[in-house]
Amino acid sequence: MIFDYSTVWEAMPLYLDGLLTTLKLLGISLFFGLLAAIPLGLMRVSKRPLVNAPAWLYTYVIRGTPMLVQLFLIYYGLAQFEAVRNSLFWSWLSSATFCACLAFAINTSAYTAEIIAGSLRATPAGEIEAAKAMGMSRAKMYRRILLPSALRRALPQYSNEVIMMLQTTSLASIVTLIDITGAARTVNAQYYLPFEAYITAGVFYLCLTFILVRLFKLAERRWLGYLAPRKH
Amino acid sequence: MYKLQVQDLHKRYGSHEVLKGVSLAAKAGDVISIIGSSGSGKSTFLRCINLLEQPHAGQILLNGEQLKLVPGKDGALRAAEPKQLQRLRSRLAMVFQHFNLWAHMTALENIIEAPVHVLGVSRKEALEKAEHYLAKVGVAHRKDAYPGHMSGGEQQRVAIARALAMEPEVMLFDEPTSALDPELVGDVLKVMQSLAQEGRTMVVVTHEMGFAREVSNQLIFLHKGLVEETGHPREVLANPRSERLKQFLSGSLK
Repeated sequence: MIFDYSTVWEAMPLYLDGLLTTLKLLGISLFFGLLAAIPLGLMRVSKRPLVNAPAWLYTYVIRGTPMLVQLFLIYYGLAQFEAVRNSLFWSWLSSATFCACLAFAINTSAYTAEIIAGSLRATPAGEIEAAKAMGMSRAKMYRRILLPSALRRALPQYSNEVIMMLQTTSLASIVTLIDITGAARTVNAQYYLPFEAYITAGVFYLCLTFILVRLFKLAERRWLGYLAPRKH
Repeated sequence: MYKLQVQDLHKRYGSHEVLKGVSLAAKAGDVISIIGSSGSGKSTFLRCINLLEQPHAGQILLNGEQLKLVPGKDGALRAAEPKQLQRLRSRLAMVFQHFNLWAHMTALENIIEAPVHVLGVSRKEALEKAEHYLAKVGVAHRKDAYPGHMSGGEQQRVAIARALAMEPEVMLFDEPTSALDPELVGDVLKVMQSLAQEGRTMVVVTHEMGFAREVSNQLIFLHKGLVEETGHPREVLANPRSERLKQFLSGSLK
């Protein structure tokens, strides 16, 4: 078995461009996804049906359909309607990058919301009582005790979500974007070397995953230090 | 005249009545011990005072100010004005059986949290007071430690310092030493004794008869949701009048 290194080397600029695109997609999706997930998570733990039900419906639908289906619906599906094509949103919705980011952000917001909700529900009851007994209002309790505690404890599970999101961004290559996988598809189309093309893509994702895992380990050391075993 | 008055508190869980009309009155400097067997309602009674449990009837007055209560669903009373409840709660500090320190904060952060964010004290002032109270309870050397890295006795003393930092009118202790092993119990009791000697008003639910006898100036014996006997601990414990109190005391070794 011979591996065609020279072709891969020649295609490196394309892969590096793709890397930048992947990072851009990942960064934007995670940022807006997390931003939306926190209020959604709070809604999911609310006892009031008017607040909980819409959030529940959102997370159910988004988690209950494949990412690819959601991406196709947003990129191709919306373009089917003339009303959409004539609307003022069209300049945004006709862009593949925007559609991909939107779909990814919506997707990660639903999963992350459930992670945060689960983490909130698992808050030790005693800590909540102590906050109440000190005279904290609900809002203060959430801001100072519940959210900081829940977000910290959600960190390991969230790292899973981030890594999954990295791999999910590869779907952007199906809607014309040249990310890492898109670069691989291009190389395959040009040189008919699928093995070299996709293994290289795989190596890129592996390296990124490694970096993410290390970053989260650092984050856990900083923010979950209180759960580590006693050192002194 | 009275710092804390609780009048005729009733509470039930479904159809099971746990408090059938319990009252308490604490003047400044009173240290009231509430004793009784499990299920007698003593912790429930204490937790009703700051409305961590919802009573079904009764009045709660702190420094003469009555906590306004309205019936909610199931007849349980809840605070009519959340702001009043928060204010009164901040004047009552509670020490819990299981410490209930905030796990993601260090000892120092635990102590300054409520003064800064509930009372509006400046961070600098709160830190000074926190260090003072930590030294007072004897855990100054653990100020940057997390609760998960401290022993039970240390955690409970930090919890007491956290309560003290609020500079409360009345301190409520819910079985503060029940979760500690005998060696650590002594440390915590010493701290509580020094607080009592300072003249703080304390209401303590406890199984420690020694503390009840030596430190408190009023003893309340609860049985099945009613005050069975009450009086000065030395008299009550030396000459129990009710049959049930005699039975209860014969079970304890102290």
